[in-house]
Amino acid sequence: MSEPPVLSLRDVKKDFGPAKVIQGVTLDIAPGERHAIIGPNGAGKSTLFNLISGLYRPTSGEITLRGKTISGVKPYRINRMGLSRSFQVSNIFSNMSVRENVRCGVLYSMGYGYNFWRNIGNLIPVQEKTVEILDSVGLIDKADQSAALLAYADQRTLEIAITIASGADVVLMDEPTAGMSHSETDRAIALIKKATQGKTLLIVEHDMGVVFGLSDRISVLVYGEVIATGLPEEIRNNALVREAYLGDEAELPGVEA
Amino acid sequence: MNQQGTVLDTVSDLGPSRRAKFTRRVLPFIIMAVLLIVIPMLGPSRTALSLLNAIGINIVFALSFNILLGQTGLLSFGHAVYFGLGGYTAMHAMNWIEYADGGFWGSYPMFALPLVGFAGGAFAGALIGWPSCRRAGIPFSMISLGIAELVAATGLIFVSFFGGEEGITGDRMNGVEMFGLNLGQVHQVYWFIAFWTFVGTVAMYAFTRTPLGRLTQAVRDNPQRVEFVGYDPQQVRYLAFIASGGFAGLAGGMSAVNYEIFTPEALSLAPSGLVILMAYIGGIRYFAGPILGAILLTYMQTNLSDFSEAWLLYLGLLFIAMVLFAPGGLAGVVIDVTNRLGKPGAVQQFVKGLVAVATGMIAFFGVVILIEIAVRLTNGHGEVFQPFGIGLPSTSLMSWAIGVCLVAIGVFGLKFTTKQVGER
Ligand SMILES: Nc1ncnc2c1ncn2[C@@H]1O[C@H](COP(=O)(O)OP(=O)(O)OP(=O)(O)O)[C@@H](O)[C@H]1O
Ligand SMILES: [Mg+2]
Repeated sequence: MSEPPVLSLRDVKKDFGPAKVIQGVTLDIAPGERHAIIGPNGAGKSTLFNLISGLYRPTSGEITLRGKTISGVKPYRINRMGLSRSFQVSNIFSNMSVRENVRCGVLYSMGYGYNFWRNIGNLIPVQEKTVEILDSVGLIDKADQSAALLAYADQRTLEIAITIASGADVVLMDEPTAGMSHSETDRAIALIKKATQGKTLLIVEHDMGVVFGLSDRISVLVYGEVIATGLPEEIRNNALVREAYLGDEAELPGVEA
Repeated sequence: MNQQGTVLDTVSDLGPSRRAKFTRRVLPFIIMAVLLIVIPMLGPSRTALSLLNAIGINIVFALSFNILLGQTGLLSFGHAVYFGLGGYTAMHAMNWIEYADGGFWGSYPMFALPLVGFAGGAFAGALIGWPSCRRAGIPFSMISLGIAELVAATGLIFVSFFGGEEGITGDRMNGVEMFGLNLGQVHQVYWFIAFWTFVGTVAMYAFTRTPLGRLTQAVRDNPQRVEFVGYDPQQVRYLAFIASGGFAGLAGGMSAVNYEIFTPEALSLAPSGLVILMAYIGGIRYFAGPILGAILLTYMQTNLSDFSEAWLLYLGLLFIAMVLFAPGGLAGVVIDVTNRLGKPGAVQQFVKGLVAVATGMIAFFGVVILIEIAVRLTNGHGEVFQPFGIGLPSTSLMSWAIGVCLVAIGVFGLKFTTKQVGER
């Protein structure tokens, strides 16, 4: 990998008072890579995403996006630099319709900023992009429903839709399939694959089948430390990982691989 | 190519149809315009016209307040500050127009004075909003309260700008005329107020339909998510704050022309509180809510205050009743009733509703008796409260008993009927 990393973490640490939640993470993500972060509950995966996306400021260390420092930068600025994220717990605009939710995700990237002199209904490029996104995630039939009244899986899909709406080329997904059934998970993953084609994807996922099927590389986070990073095979065969996280062999899918 | 076609087709299919857009977004404004034009043809009295003028001003003021509360989720306790500062700016401009010899103010029509008010209010919003909008929620409200106190005090201190307790006066019959109106008579002022009420209402509705207007709602509901779609919630609040201040200033400019006087009282907490009541009683979740609230409260303010010295008590009771029983405000009640009308069992529900209203009225009447005899007992004028010619002396135990009984009957009746509605 001679290409410079698109996203890079250098010895990033995060303390919450006495709790050292992230204890020195160093990670390089190559452009176009699909990278999964796995680890037990409470390992600090979401915290890591919160640090990268700007919700938290690291206690120490540096995060760069395409060579520019983003640690300590406000989330909306990081978003404008082309990094978008989804949330583990659906974080949508529940008083709005599905269509309006996606439109909120589209607006800034289409250059309308804080425009206050144009009727939003007449912004044809925005409408087209919104429809395109709704169509691609399969929510077009529910476009005019209130987001609050959506079924759980549809809310998760909407969360993904808002995240990809801006067309950011670095996408962070925090357990996008959490709580979904098998078929829903398959559909969501297919959707994520399609939507992040040619983009960089960082994904937290608990379903090992999904993880090993989707990712180019995997990092294992335990107690706020990356204990291993590598290709899926390397991770599968890593003794440390087995001991610390994957546990018994039965949990490992793709023995056939 | 083909795909492009389908996408474009769905664009026009998506969202409300043309017909729905017309009935929801255009028709109400046509009705409003027609009403505004028809009213003077009914030959209203001078008193009625001045009431209507006061209503117009308050409609714009209450709508501007709701840009903050209903739309952006910011409860300001000091909204009269922008009304007042805009109004004072307009008042000064009125005098500049009068004493201008040529120049900008020499050619500025008095009719357009509310635009000066808008500029003054927006400027005040831009200055004061800068520190205020750094926080939302309770800190925002507390800061707005502090600023309201501060500006109200300033109003009495800086005599050259605010004119001390007497305030600043002017004469609206100056400057270039527009639409052939010299603004002399109250019916001329009516056209002025009607024009700006309409323009202000349309402009504020249009604002809700812009990208920024939509984002204010997003910020109200989920500021965190807004940050992750590329927007700074603080900036959204700030811009909404400026817009809200501007429209409050517009109302202030209308008021300057209507009354030809502004006093520091206009900046005080009392009008700031009244505008909260207007918006809330009307219904903050609906664009038209504050309009209804402004009409009702302005009417109460002018008419009820003649009828009873305890009118503020009734206002308080109305507010509490709305918060408890109809949090959607008057607009919410109207929409609820119209929604139920088409449904099966509508007639039964309607009858039940009437019964509930009737029992509610009994209770309300009991409360009125108690309040009125209490007022007469303590104010020392010694007059007797005589509803429908029945004398109810404050000193007679009988009067009190009647009041208490009516309240009891009403409350029990209400409990009984609402329980039955619930069981169905
Ligand atoms: N804002 C915070 N303040 C204090 N502690 C926090 C905060 N956020 C996270 N933590 C703690 O940090 C640890 C890691 O939490 P995090 O949510 O990042 O784990 P996770 O790996 O995403 O777990 P899960 O798989 O359950 O989502 C937890 O012990 C949590 O309690
Ligand atoms: Mg998590």
